[in-house]
Amino acid sequence: MSRYSIWKLIGQALRGHQDWSPAWRNPEPARHYDVVIVGGGGHGLATAFYLAKHHQVGRIAVLEKGWLGGGNIGRNTTIVRSNYLLPGNSKMYEKSLKLWHQLSQELNFNVMFSARGVLNLAHSDAQVDAHVRRGNSMRLQGIDAEWMTPADIAREMPCINLDPNMRFPVFGGLMQRRAGNARHDAVAWGFARGADMMGVDLIQNCEVTGFRRNGGEVTAVETTRGVIECGKLALAVAGSTTTLTEKLGFKVPIESHVLQAFVSESVKPLVNHVVTYGAGHFYISQTNKGGLIFGGDLDKYNSYAQRGNLPLVDHVLSAGVAMVPQISRLRMLRSWGGIMDMTMDGSPIIDKAPLDNVYLNCGWCYGGFKATPGSGWCFAHTIANDAPHPFNEELSLRRFETGYLLDEPGNGPTPKQH
Amino acid sequence: MLMIDCPFCGPRSHDEFSYEGDATKERPAIGGDGDMAAHLDYVYMRDNPRGLHVEYWQHVNGCRAYLKVLRDTVSHQIIATGLPDAELTAPLAEQEGEG
Ligand SMILES: Cc1cc2nc3c(=O)[nH]c(=O)nc-3n(C[C@H](O)[C@H](O)[C@H](O)COP(=O)(O)OP(=O)(O)OC[C@H]3O[C@@H](n4cnc5c(N)ncnc54)[C@H](O)[C@@H]3O)c2cc1C
Ligand SMILES: [Zn+2]
Repeated sequence: MSRYSIWKLIGQALRGHQDWSPAWRNPEPARHYDVVIVGGGGHGLATAFYLAKHHQVGRIAVLEKGWLGGGNIGRNTTIVRSNYLLPGNSKMYEKSLKLWHQLSQELNFNVMFSARGVLNLAHSDAQVDAHVRRGNSMRLQGIDAEWMTPADIAREMPCINLDPNMRFPVFGGLMQRRAGNARHDAVAWGFARGADMMGVDLIQNCEVTGFRRNGGEVTAVETTRGVIECGKLALAVAGSTTTLTEKLGFKVPIESHVLQAFVSESVKPLVNHVVTYGAGHFYISQTNKGGLIFGGDLDKYNSYAQRGNLPLVDHVLSAGVAMVPQISRLRMLRSWGGIMDMTMDGSPIIDKAPLDNVYLNCGWCYGGFKATPGSGWCFAHTIANDAPHPFNEELSLRRFETGYLLDEPGNGPTPKQH
Repeated sequence: MLMIDCPFCGPRSHDEFSYEGDATKERPAIGGDGDMAAHLDYVYMRDNPRGLHVEYWQHVNGCRAYLKVLRDTVSHQIIATGLPDAELTAPLAEQEGEG
């Protein structure tokens, strides 16, 4: 496996792209690894990459039950931002955004990160106050935030419905210009290739089905490809978290819910920023191919089925048509769903588990794509040092016990509200 | 579309209902032994089963009754419906079938 470059591309083009080598190996599992990471989604792969790059922990494997990147990392609407109110969240998300800005160079793989700006619309005086307060909190933490009036929005985004007589008129919006989006699959592939190049074994079609214990220590994982011994065990299985923590004998404050997303036929450039509607739940951006990609609320009942229901399609599109009326004329190409690991306060967990050598990365709710590099970076530190980094120390499992919750909207322990 | 068989209104689309979550949680007595641990479990912890789940739904856009529903979280099939004090159980085949 060698580095990609313009010379390599030209050389391959002249040979009809006949002899590109595979982007990663497909190894047989070894008997023992120093660190076993379960879950080959964005977070598992990023964790393996940063562990191999920054820490000396010995041999590392990522075990994935299906194929790399077939979970939520390949199903999301790709919004990347760090516009949080609470420092406990911002520290990790802002670290992540900084990593995003140079990720293609770091991975030698084009993740198509585009800092096109994320705009959150407000539709009432109360919402304006809440958005401005969040913007001020961001600026106090050294993160960029900018208030846009309806006139500013009209100038930059003619597609938004700014009619003052609509049911929920636009009062303004909070813009984060360093935010944007990226190509979801490329992020998984880039981290996979980068980790593989540093010797990490990526083992696919390998479902973890059980654990071997010696008191508080997990000595091995049982998988569909045999028993694999581990020095340390790290879980990054998103919506499947409780299926494994149940087998490990401890509880987490998580419910699994299905979230849908949609893509339209391709059109000429229409939506230049990522925009979110504040009177309902709707977010939209345009892909480089021209398709509009958007989503909204959860289906709002516990689910492990990677498909959603029709009433929610109606709900999401009504909000969409209120905000960008011309999309009512577009045809939808596809819709799909992913299983979200919803925590009771809406914020994630990157922490040691209540066992000797087990580490937990879960609870990503709607927002784990943007966290991919930052989460991997923080989780790698936590695994290698057996303690969290200051960036993720507030993302603890214990906060539910101590009361230091990170509930951004203040909605209480109800996943459908987050 | 999930069809919830409301004992008062008959089978109605889940769109008319508000999902109220896990119905296995019971509020612990205040001031008892292990009070904090019991409340931590009650307020935040969930079994989150992949398979059979007992849950509350309120018929907000109907008779407004609270209902208890036994549903499979993988197939979304509704196996039994009753009032909140009902003990819902699945036929044996269901219990063994879905993973
Ligand atoms: C429709 C939708 C839209 C979204 N939009 C956004 C967005 O705009 N912005 C944003 O920031 N986030 C968004 N998200 C959230 C984001 O996609 C997730 O939070 C994030 O991808 C989760 O982390 P992951 O990539 O590691 O998860 P996944 O890709 O789901 O990885 C987990 C992996 O673990 C594997 N696994 C599970 N159990 C086992 C086992 N027993 N053994 C081995 N492997 C196992 C799974 O197969 C899976 O590949 C969205 C999600 C969805 C579904
Ligand atoms: Zn009814």
